[in-house]
Amino acid sequence: MRIKVNVNGADCSREVEPRLLLIHFLRDDLGLTGSHWGCDTSNCGACVVWLDERPVKSCTVLAVMADGRRIRTVEGLARDGDLDPVQVGFARCHGLQCGFCTPGMMLTARWLLDHDPDPPPAAIREALSGQVCRCTGYENIVRAVRWAAQHPAVEPQRPDGEAR
Amino acid sequence: MQVPAYVEYERASSVGHALTLLARYGPTARVLAGGHSLIPMMKLRLAQPETLIDIGGLAELAFVTRSDGELRIGALTTHAQLLESPAVAGQFAILQDAERVIADPVVRLWGTVGGSVCQADPSEDLSAAFAALRATMVIASAEGTRTVPVRDFFAGPYETVVGTGELLTEIKVTAGNSRGSAYEKVGRRAGDWPIAAAGVALSLDGDRTTIGEAGIGLTAVGAPRFCAEPAEDFLRGKLATEENLVRAGQIAAEHCRPISDQRGPADFKRHLSGELTMRALRRAVRRALGDGPGPERTGPARRGGP
Repeated sequence: MRIKVNVNGADCSREVEPRLLLIHFLRDDLGLTGSHWGCDTSNCGACVVWLDERPVKSCTVLAVMADGRRIRTVEGLARDGDLDPVQVGFARCHGLQCGFCTPGMMLTARWLLDHDPDPPPAAIREALSGQVCRCTGYENIVRAVRWAAQHPAVEPQRPDGEAR
Repeated sequence: MQVPAYVEYERASSVGHALTLLARYGPTARVLAGGHSLIPMMKLRLAQPETLIDIGGLAELAFVTRSDGELRIGALTTHAQLLESPAVAGQFAILQDAERVIADPVVRLWGTVGGSVCQADPSEDLSAAFAALRATMVIASAEGTRTVPVRDFFAGPYETVVGTGELLTEIKVTAGNSRGSAYEKVGRRAGDWPIAAAGVALSLDGDRTTIGEAGIGLTAVGAPRFCAEPAEDFLRGKLATEENLVRAGQIAAEHCRPISDQRGPADFKRHLSGELTMRALRRAVRRALGDGPGPERTGPARRGGP
């Protein structure tokens, strides 16, 4: 079946099998390997992307369910070359070690901040409670999201870390 | 790598179209809503439909309304929409209590109320909550609409009375069944199924000291039809005293039939069923008396994890 989706602002159309999972469509058909394929059981959250305006565990939806919708992956988190404050926060606060959970964490964090710009640590932990990190113990992830809340795009950063 | 087996896909454009497709494809078709129960089952080959009929785009089935003392929940309402709806505040707080501890916030954005109850998992939270509320299930087919009490909706594990060519469209709850309600769950970690959980919806009669009707729902512990009828019978017409609430919890514990598994031994689950029933009863009575929402939950479901 042919599907049309808008991924990170670009329209694309592909022929897919109905049983193809969205995570495999993104990684294998589109080459967007920033979204990670983790537990395959909707427990770990490494595969979280946005479908329209909501984060979703992309191992638990079919690519055909995304037909006609917008998809946002970690590759689409930066805007015009400026890192999202969430990305800067993860870098500054050491919100990652191995990085496997990071794309999913950041996409859910962005969604949280869009709905609750100044969330207390408990709200951050609740929002991320369906996503697993085995490195950080979560402390620095919570700090990273707090940093992003305190710096809402006031300090655009180049991916190389140089302030503009 | 877990991927579903080969399957055909049809997208419904209206409820009528969905019913036409369901009639055309018959028993080899399954309804796809949020997919958060069905797709994991398909990965494990526990479900192997030949055709998926995607109703995910039917906005007409996503609603929560309350009028004339009746709460109506469209089958395609997501868990997040139900949790956030002002229509379930107050008398239907049991649904907010339950939704707060169903899966995790990202899954709740996509998983649907109708999909969850139609999955009929023996550990499903809303099944117990709706059993406590004595909800009515509205089932549509090409021939028209029929209603089924929720306690007659489940035909067994992973099986409901929704037949070939039929679609659950709506769940209705009458406010009279619930002047105060609450849901208590203990799980191993955030997002997990319950070890045990209990829901209560009750009304207080006249002088507000006597229990009129009490609904007690249990899940994950092998209670037939997700409810504890002997405990409900015991409470009817009794004073809402601590002694009676404790006794009802004991009766509920005796009534359930838990099995030992990775979530704990059967005797522990039985104890937990009684304790959670008591806690839910106390909280529901407090809410019925208007003494505020009761203490916020502090159970293990919210400990651990991030």
